[in-house]
Amino acid sequence: MTLDLVYFAWVREAIGKDGESVEPPEDVATVFELIVWLAGRGGGYAEALGQLDRLRAAVDQRFVAMDAPIAGAKEIAIFPPVTGG
Amino acid sequence: MIPDVRLGTTDIDVAVELAALEGLGGGAVASFTGIVRGDDALIALELEHYPEMTLAAMTGIAEQAAARWPLLGLTVVHRHGRLAPGERIVFIGVAASRRGAAIKAMQFLIDWLKTRAPFWKREHRAGGGASWVEPREADSQAAARWESRA
Repeated sequence: MTLDLVYFAWVREAIGKDGESVEPPEDVATVFELIVWLAGRGGGYAEALGQLDRLRAAVDQRFVAMDAPIAGAKEIAIFPPVTGG
Repeated sequence: MIPDVRLGTTDIDVAVELAALEGLGGGAVASFTGIVRGDDALIALELEHYPEMTLAAMTGIAEQAAARWPLLGLTVVHRHGRLAPGERIVFIGVAASRRGAAIKAMQFLIDWLKTRAPFWKREHRAGGGASWVEPREADSQAAARWESRA
């Protein structure tokens, strides 16, 4: 399953790109597991994704909890808590 | 009533927005304008956002407000990009028959925009430093007080 990932704010900066396509292994079923898998790449990924309580996510442009399933998703965004307004 | 929700980079003409809401026949218009603070040697505030999601998230919040209170008009305008101290970031205006609905809906809208719309602020300071704004616990608490109201 090919997933489009997008990153924002300091997650984007630490990883060094604003997005990419990935093919996670089949046992990666939730946003949480996806983030752990990505963090395992080390370097900027580990730096950006090491602290789960500092991260939020959206699946296909909707905010989700970390235990949300990724099956059928097209685009997953990973970012810090929002600070608009 | 269809909420008027906009996202852009140009300045917000508050007088024009308020006049439109005041012309809807209600007895009350409440508004909020968020402005870039000029403290701590700040030279610019940069707002990043999620282009494919931002307007839909803002519209969803506006529709929540319209479902919770009897409103005659609702305008939300949010800017992104690089803004200087003193510039407007966001405008929220709400028209209703009476002040209670207008004021509550306005407070709800800014509380939820701060915590449920995909924007990220970065502060640029004199001397070249820049830092991402950390979320404030007070903002989360302010947003959570509206949770129990279905």
